[in-house]
Amino acid sequence: MSATAAVKTLTIDGLEVPINGERNLLELVRKAGIDLPTFCYHSDLSVYGACRLCLVDIAGRGIQGACSTPPEPGLKIRTQTEEIREIRKISVELLLANHERECTTCGKSAACQLQDVARKLGIQKVRFKPVHEPAPVDRSSLSLVRDPNKCVLCGDCVRFCSEIQGIGAIDFAYRGHDAAVLPAFGKDLGEGECINCGQCAAVCPTGALTPRQEIEEVWKALHDPTKTVVVQVAPAVRIAIGELFGMPPGESMRGQMVAALKRLGFDRVYDTSFSADLTVIEEANEFLGRKTKGGKLPLFTSCCPGWVKFAEQYFPELLPNLSTCKSPQQMLGALCKELLPTELGIEKKDLVVVSIMPCTAKKFEAKRPEFVKDGIAEVDHVLTTQELARMIEEAGLRFTKLAPESFDMPMGFKTGAGVIFGNSGGVSEAVLRYASEKVTGKKLVNPDIQAVRGEDGLRIVEIPVGEITLKLGIVHGLKNARTLAEKVRRGKCDLDLIEVMACPGGCIGGAGQPVSRDTDIRKLRTKGLYDVDKNMELHKSQENHFVTECYQKHLGEIGGKHAHRLLHTHYHNRRRMIGEDIALGDGPAADKVQVKVCTGTNCFVKGSQHILHNLLDQVQQKELQDKVDIRASFCFENCDHGPTVSVDGSKIHWCSPEAAQSAINQKLKDK
Amino acid sequence: MRTKPKADCNGRKFVKVFTILEKHGHKPSRLVPILQAVQEEYRYLPKEVLTYVATALDISPARVYGVATFYSHFAIEPKGKHIVRLCDGTACHVKDSIPILDAIRKRLKLEGKKTTTDDMLFTVETVACLGACGLAPVVVVNDRVHGQVTPEAGVKLVEEIIAREQS
Repeated sequence: MSATAAVKTLTIDGLEVPINGERNLLELVRKAGIDLPTFCYHSDLSVYGACRLCLVDIAGRGIQGACSTPPEPGLKIRTQTEEIREIRKISVELLLANHERECTTCGKSAACQLQDVARKLGIQKVRFKPVHEPAPVDRSSLSLVRDPNKCVLCGDCVRFCSEIQGIGAIDFAYRGHDAAVLPAFGKDLGEGECINCGQCAAVCPTGALTPRQEIEEVWKALHDPTKTVVVQVAPAVRIAIGELFGMPPGESMRGQMVAALKRLGFDRVYDTSFSADLTVIEEANEFLGRKTKGGKLPLFTSCCPGWVKFAEQYFPELLPNLSTCKSPQQMLGALCKELLPTELGIEKKDLVVVSIMPCTAKKFEAKRPEFVKDGIAEVDHVLTTQELARMIEEAGLRFTKLAPESFDMPMGFKTGAGVIFGNSGGVSEAVLRYASEKVTGKKLVNPDIQAVRGEDGLRIVEIPVGEITLKLGIVHGLKNARTLAEKVRRGKCDLDLIEVMACPGGCIGGAGQPVSRDTDIRKLRTKGLYDVDKNMELHKSQENHFVTECYQKHLGEIGGKHAHRLLHTHYHNRRRMIGEDIALGDGPAADKVQVKVCTGTNCFVKGSQHILHNLLDQVQQKELQDKVDIRASFCFENCDHGPTVSVDGSKIHWCSPEAAQSAINQKLKDK
Repeated sequence: MRTKPKADCNGRKFVKVFTILEKHGHKPSRLVPILQAVQEEYRYLPKEVLTYVATALDISPARVYGVATFYSHFAIEPKGKHIVRLCDGTACHVKDSIPILDAIRKRLKLEGKKTTTDDMLFTVETVACLGACGLAPVVVVNDRVHGQVTPEAGVKLVEEIIAREQS
């Protein structure tokens, strides 16, 4: 190979290897078929170089981290020397010394990289004593459990949250032996700006971050003879669950999965793709309505609960742009709770709806107060793909050997449009398949709309539909969503529809899916969903006759009053974190006028600092310290009306210094 | 005993935070000098003020917290009125600095990991080296350096302050 001057090569363990634009030696070594251990390397994220496991010996340069060394022609690299083996072992041993090694009860057991690396390196004894004191496990989040005793400080979670999601809900705090990954101010995860996407848990090599489990609650419901338990399964689950039973990624295990659910004791097995078809019809009509009647555009999709919370926290002024459609999970839940009690002759309280999702944020979504009425939730429990696999294992079912069974009708019936909801671009394609027929009145012969498909995290496509051209934005990863949302906020976005999914590749890459470091798996899962669509007879939501029947029998008109009550929702501004006010006087007293100025992000941008400054000056000049108590507050959750000032509990929206002053003066007079 | 802030003291400090942020052009890259200046005002970094700084610089509060906890110069808990710093660098350490620390902590009833007294009068810390090794062991009380300190002398320094505060 070295004879051809064009190909640059280097040597790895005596083998000559061509360099083909690999970003670092680690990529090249792995391409050469040698799997170096790593904790902190993740191809989606920036290189951190902290775990010191991917060390290689470079002739003339000594021992270097392969992840942080670019390939250069002529390098002579050795990956296995006595010294390197020794260093790797010591590094892992030191990590293990401080790691809570309760593997048998750990949620990450069998998928843990630390376990895996320790086994591969043949570590049989940990010679070092732990120096860490046990820290409490954080169970505050509805979606995730954070166990600091298992953290190896690789920072994958920190980098995913800030680099891909653009949030930074967790970060490194303290230093040296006290270093830890923590939410801001060491608060609990559930109190902060975490949007529950769970990607931190997906990239976590150990059990330091894991999806919160609800298996026990579901078993309890299944074993309770007074309960009727129905289950719905999201599209992305069927093409990934097989991975946990030795099947290749992307292989649809629909039949076995349904059979397993029936054997586990679920009374009805429904398909979330049914309500995805319903979502398509409601959302496409909402979209076309806005487009033709001059409503708020672009329309953002709202099926992804991670994105919804993100928008509520950071883009309050864009909430009117979010589709009011509930997510398919909630639509199906609402329909079950509305229709099944009568149909089955049971009381509403005895009906339990469980959903199986590729997602951890769905656990949070199900508990949103909008979706719980009189103590009865639309969806009672949300399990991830991982949890379902665990239940199947627990029940001793030989998953791959099960005779396939079918979903129950009518809410198990779907078209391909409802299936491709599970991957990035799928919602857009499904909506286009509907909109194009609705707009042109002509039959769409080839339902495949290749233009919206793809892997990039931010795609802009133009699709001609009859006389008009629709401009679509398709994003996954919330940092990309932020980019587009900022443009919309500045009025510099001419898109019609923006599909947002928080997780890489869409729901198929959700944090509830089987854990994998191989990013190619996402491609296979996406292909799996498109294949399922291909193999179906129907591809357009409007062809789902059970959906049509559902409108005729129960929902009435599309987008009508009844449909709105069951299938639509609303959003509200949400503070980024729970925090205390800043007292700016010597404290409250009952007879003082209590003034709170919002200094949350949105009000800050709209000039609340100016108001605060002005009021503090006034109080000082007029010597009102004993009569007025001024506080800087964090977010009244009225961001769209900001800046907001509260005077003795009554809020002044779009407040100016003058408006605040006159309200205070009035109060002083009244007293 | 804790000095009550003047009625508008907190307000003035907070206005100072505005000035600090403006002086540094609301630049995230200026986070460390901003935190230093805020600490000058408050003598520690109150969480709420850090949240405000994060908002104003458009960075995540977790990142600001990370920086504030990384440097031992920054305090995220309020410090006492009087700060006692005991040098535990190599020279002071071999000259028996730890018995001095133990004596002072015992006198102030500081147990476990606590560094600040309940009455907020004292914070007792150790530092790695003050560069005054010739005077070892060294104790600094409110920026005043005391050399060749014994446990008894250390306790006396603290007691003098207590007596002054009570008079």
